[in-house]
Amino acid sequence: MSVSAQNTTPSADAAVVFDGVSKHFPASGTSDAFTALDKVSLTVDRGSITGIIGRSGAGKSTLIRLVNGLEKPTGGKVLVDGVDVGGLDEAALRSLRRSVGMIFQHFNLLSSRTVFGNVALPLEISGMDKRAIEQRVRPLLDLVGLADKHGRYPAELSGGQKQRIGIARALATEPKLLLSDEATSALDPETTQSILELLKRINADLGLTVLLITHEMEVVKAVTSDVAVIDHGRIVERGHTFDVFTHPKHETTRALLSGLPGSKLPDAVARALKPAPAAGDRAVVRLTFFGAAAEKPLISQLIKSVGAEVNIIAGTIDEIGGAPYGSLVVAYGADPETSGRAERFFVENGLVTEVLGYVA
Amino acid sequence: MSPDILLRIAGATVDTIYMVAIAGLIGSLIGGPIGIFLATSGKGELFPAPTINRIVGLIVNATRSTPFIILVVAIIPFTRLLTGTSIGTKAAIVPLTIATIPFVARLVEAAIREIDKGLIEAARAMGATPMQIVFKVLLAEARPALTLALTMTAVSLIGYSAMVGAVGGGGLGDLGIRYGYQRFMPDVMLVVVVVLIVLVQLVQSAGDGLARRFDKKNRKT
Repeated sequence: MSVSAQNTTPSADAAVVFDGVSKHFPASGTSDAFTALDKVSLTVDRGSITGIIGRSGAGKSTLIRLVNGLEKPTGGKVLVDGVDVGGLDEAALRSLRRSVGMIFQHFNLLSSRTVFGNVALPLEISGMDKRAIEQRVRPLLDLVGLADKHGRYPAELSGGQKQRIGIARALATEPKLLLSDEATSALDPETTQSILELLKRINADLGLTVLLITHEMEVVKAVTSDVAVIDHGRIVERGHTFDVFTHPKHETTRALLSGLPGSKLPDAVARALKPAPAAGDRAVVRLTFFGAAAEKPLISQLIKSVGAEVNIIAGTIDEIGGAPYGSLVVAYGADPETSGRAERFFVENGLVTEVLGYVA
Repeated sequence: MSPDILLRIAGATVDTIYMVAIAGLIGSLIGGPIGIFLATSGKGELFPAPTINRIVGLIVNATRSTPFIILVVAIIPFTRLLTGTSIGTKAAIVPLTIATIPFVARLVEAAIREIDKGLIEAARAMGATPMQIVFKVLLAEARPALTLALTMTAVSLIGYSAMVGAVGGGGLGDLGIRYGYQRFMPDVMLVVVVVLIVLVQLVQSAGDGLARRFDKKNRKT
């Protein structure tokens, strides 16, 4: 388990450790005092793609900015490669930042520089000479598939292309850790997928640890191996992405998951849903199956066991963190006999079920 | 119009250009850094020094709110100290420069504040020093706006330089007042006005063109 237990001890394979980190903003002229993070402990494994998901205002932006010292914690420690970021002076902090790449929601490219110039910027900042910069930038542009655009200006590129430049720029100093701040939130779904694919490839090919924050479950589902759910400045749930998706425990997690396509009930059914059954009603149940269960002929067995009509209302088969996963919403007789048989069947087959309600 | 007058007009034009160029150059060299300081020294900014920021801001405002013609008269002792005289082209450069400094400072400040804070954050995340951020990010990104700011400064200076003519400053304004107004030579006045218009137009067009060239943001693919 990568996003590990409460008391994190810095382990050898931890890229980032948050150790009881708090961040309070004191009251100022226009705003009240505000606690952005409240004793957050979290470990990011080396080589993982770890996602932190939460609604806007949950504290995730602050959390990711603690890693490269753009924000300072008011309590606790942030360790990057075992080094306490809070204890560094400005010069040491700058050299740490040169070994941590960062990409942004709005790309933050310099409009006055060409594609080449933008990717070269962090290298110029670190004092590399022109020839070495040239040699470093070319392969990066190849890597993100924009070698032919090197002389263009950001205003001439699409959003997806701009983010690719952002990624190339973040990789220029050959960092071991990449921070992604809502990097796909300004992109359309298709472009989002291609950017996520690129992140996955970089993670696999370069062995780069990726820490990303997002408010989109789609992003977490598509690329992360581990996830932490943050709400009101606290980590409310964490674990392997697959486990969190298939066994969400916290209400915030469930709420975030309900936005995923395939997990939503058709409107007509949702409207007709009642909390308690009347005689002759049918129970609406969500089945979640994965691993071995995903390979069995479940539906036909279910119909045989229940011995009654089973309607399929909604369903999706998907992949989470690379593992197959299915979600099926079915309806069957709510009478005790039928329900009892169904429940026995679910237990025998190790299915996770959730009764959503009842319909006439 | 006699050849003598034409010669005087030509000489006055050169004087005006000279005054505007020197005052603009020195004023920008001093006002520019002040503007950068004003834009980056607020609380939580690159060079946080909120108290000095406020004091400098006050001085800038005070200078800017003093009417130019009053400023010219008020600093006569200072002008005399620097140039040994209070009349003529050389003397006029002193109040022109003093007036340019806060003007440029505020324009430069505004141009730099226009820049997306995300760019500063990105540069910090790359490990840039505050100085690197100023030169590689802020000034580079603000180049089109700075060009327009300097253009505006030059245009204003042409106007101000005509005003110093009223107190014996030399240049086109001086000529217009002495010949066009005091000696009732409307044709001289007309020529002076036309030359001023042409000067302003030339400066504005050159500035606009340069700013457009620097601006890579509003390019079409």
